[in-house]
Amino acid sequence: MELRPILSTLLRHKTAAALIVLEIALSCAIICNALFLIGNRVERLNLVSGVAEKEVVRVQLTGIGEDDNADALTSSDLALLRGLPGVKAATVTNQVPFVNSSWNTGVTMVKDQKQPTLSATIYMGDEQFLAALGPKVVAGRNFASDEFIEWSALDAPGSKISVPAVIITQSLADKLFPGQSAIGKSFYSWGENAIRVVGVVDHLVRPSEQGGAVAHEYSMIFPIHVPFSLGGNYLLRTDPARRDEVLKAAVAVLEKNSPNRIILEKNTKSMEDLRAQYYRQDRAMVWMLVAVILALLVVTALGIVGLASFWVQQRTKQIGVRRALGATRGQILRYFQTENFLLATIGIVLGMLFAYAINQLLMGKYELPRLPLFYLPAGAALLWLLGQVAVYGPARKAASVPPAVATRSA
Amino acid sequence: MLGNSMFAYYFNLALRSFRRNKVLTALMVLAIALGIGASMTTLTVFYVLSGDPVPTRSDQLYYVQMAPESMNGFTPGEEPAEQVTRFDAEKLLREKRGDRQAYMTGGGAAVTPDKQGLMPFQVDARYATADIFPMFDMPFLFGAGWSATEDERRGRVAVIAKALNDKLFGGANSVGKTVRMDKVDFTIVGVLDEWRPTPRFYDMNSDRFGELEQVFLPFSTSRDLKMGRNGSMDCWDDSNDSSDPEGSTGVNAPCVWIQYWVQLDSAAKAAAYKQYLTNYSDQQRSAGRFERPTNIRLRNVMDWLDYNKVVPGDVRLQVWLAFGFLLVCLLNTVGLLLAKFLRRSSEVGVRRALGASRRQIFTQCLVEAGTIGLAGGAVGLVLAWLGLWAVRQQPASYAELAHLDPLMLFTTVALALAASLVAGLIPAWQAMQVTPAMQLKSQ
Repeated sequence: MELRPILSTLLRHKTAAALIVLEIALSCAIICNALFLIGNRVERLNLVSGVAEKEVVRVQLTGIGEDDNADALTSSDLALLRGLPGVKAATVTNQVPFVNSSWNTGVTMVKDQKQPTLSATIYMGDEQFLAALGPKVVAGRNFASDEFIEWSALDAPGSKISVPAVIITQSLADKLFPGQSAIGKSFYSWGENAIRVVGVVDHLVRPSEQGGAVAHEYSMIFPIHVPFSLGGNYLLRTDPARRDEVLKAAVAVLEKNSPNRIILEKNTKSMEDLRAQYYRQDRAMVWMLVAVILALLVVTALGIVGLASFWVQQRTKQIGVRRALGATRGQILRYFQTENFLLATIGIVLGMLFAYAINQLLMGKYELPRLPLFYLPAGAALLWLLGQVAVYGPARKAASVPPAVATRSA
Repeated sequence: MLGNSMFAYYFNLALRSFRRNKVLTALMVLAIALGIGASMTTLTVFYVLSGDPVPTRSDQLYYVQMAPESMNGFTPGEEPAEQVTRFDAEKLLREKRGDRQAYMTGGGAAVTPDKQGLMPFQVDARYATADIFPMFDMPFLFGAGWSATEDERRGRVAVIAKALNDKLFGGANSVGKTVRMDKVDFTIVGVLDEWRPTPRFYDMNSDRFGELEQVFLPFSTSRDLKMGRNGSMDCWDDSNDSSDPEGSTGVNAPCVWIQYWVQLDSAAKAAAYKQYLTNYSDQQRSAGRFERPTNIRLRNVMDWLDYNKVVPGDVRLQVWLAFGFLLVCLLNTVGLLLAKFLRRSSEVGVRRALGASRRQIFTQCLVEAGTIGLAGGAVGLVLAWLGLWAVRQQPASYAELAHLDPLMLFTTVALALAASLVAGLIPAWQAMQVTPAMQLKSQ
């Protein structure tokens, strides 16, 4: 296919050609970035949390006024909950993943270190914490029964108790003790004494994913018996099929055990629902981005169809002459398709530059990572395809111009 | 140049041309409508979220920040802590250097209703000092806030919001009645009217676009009753070293968890107050309480909201995306207008031969473009209305605030008109270059 006649024709219709090129370029830039944003969000949505989401339910409650018997009440609550049919494990804890509140603290490697090495979140759990929530121990062990302390003792003014042991996530272990086993090592966090690592779990995400991509799994588990009044979270592990039943039973049992409490219905649901709720915004954003990409493709296609039809109409006489001189219909069709391909190529090259420029802007303002290269061919392929499909109709019309048109003077 | 009769004539020509090219015209209107609809939806959401929450007071209210922490974790040049300690809050309030001042924090309370058949329920509360009500210009339905004396003697008084009043008392005047919270009877001194500051600027630590707290009660009372707090607490050094029975919420606790707002009626007073804060900070340093170098901020409401980047990143991103889409739609329109005008070259040629000046052709084309723009704007308005309906179904807390107001309505139409006129410039220019002779020679 000879490109020179195509190019010279285009140069005579500079404005229209420039418009198509610009439209494709802008579409390409926006689509590449939109695809990238979708990829980002989907990655977030698929985050591994370490929690057995399909098997865990959470009940949140709050006391009415101060409860002097919170510890005793918590013990009886747990005994009742663990006795429910279908409940494999039950625990009380200060915080759960996929909510917006969290306990965080600094971690230092030496005593009296001026700058904390990092900030990590603290889950306070009892004997059944790991069993109830689901993270797997990949090194070391779970807490021993003599390592648990009481929150009321720890929090008492002037208390000299310190946390004897900690279980950390693999991510935190890799950061604090790179290349070595973390078991037996210690660091400073709460209190004056070093806290020894006795176990490492594979994954446990921080509530509200604090810390972004790098630090969202800096979690520690302290062996502390907390009363329900500290966060009010009861977690129960059960079969996926029995979750509703267990939730209802748990709420009933807790209400009966003490009339002095309010179950927070809005926050009492399965872990799966909690996660879905937490990521609602991201899902909505993904749908919006998909809608924008589709709309862009439609508008660009319409633009190409419109301008191509117009060109075909303008050049009817020229096409007729070519047909009269022996060009086949196929050649006319290919002419228009090649012309469109050429314009699309120029547009896409420009579009890739725009895409990177837009990505630079977004990186600065919204803390996004750099656009990975494979999105560019994806956007390019999409637009090439779109251009060819859009131009097919007008090109077919051009190909059906009869050679006799050349002989007519009108 | 564009007299009434000429305008009517151009308009007439435009309509004829639309009727002849229905499909093309429809495509153009659709393209503009889509672009305008998307842009106005996202722009309206952005406008709602970035508005002034207290327009009557926003330039007089200032948020106090200082750096009370120990040297652990200190980075030179960083911003000071985002809240103040209880010690500093109480001391600044006692010294009363501003026109009005108040400190506050979030909390919760369990309400046990008297009404039969209503189970106890949890509400969000705000623990504050007396000046908060006049400072934030809060509208009252019945009664008023409490006075400084109630703060001092830890009175069991409360101001409740309209929604809670409706729920407990059926909307009647409940001033003087009691409400039982956390097992203690509180006397209601005031009922707030509908108020939804967007965002809840006074506390950036809780749901920023959420609903108002249902209960306001004196801070001192909340400490007396050890009521639970809701918000962010940042402590340095081990607070267990002290033997304060109140722990981290005690007066001398090394924790920041309180928001301090001051009302200063003029810029001069603001400068003077800033100087006062600097002196206060220096004093605390020499007394040994503060370890870090003096680092004071006194931001007014809009600056404070800016600093906290209160408009979610997602919303900003969506505005940019929508305007990018509008740009593509405009390019589309330029192309289609070009096609439309140049198709009629022979008509233009005839008109020029009959004596129309180039300018008149240009104007007529612009009128045509503008008419398409107005039509596109009208359809775009419907699309924006639908788009905002979709936004309101979203799970975000600001979702229900997304409404078209008169300013946004006007902006929609103006944007559509302006965009279409700009889009029409190049095609109109090309149309007016058509020479009469060329067109008359061939047909």
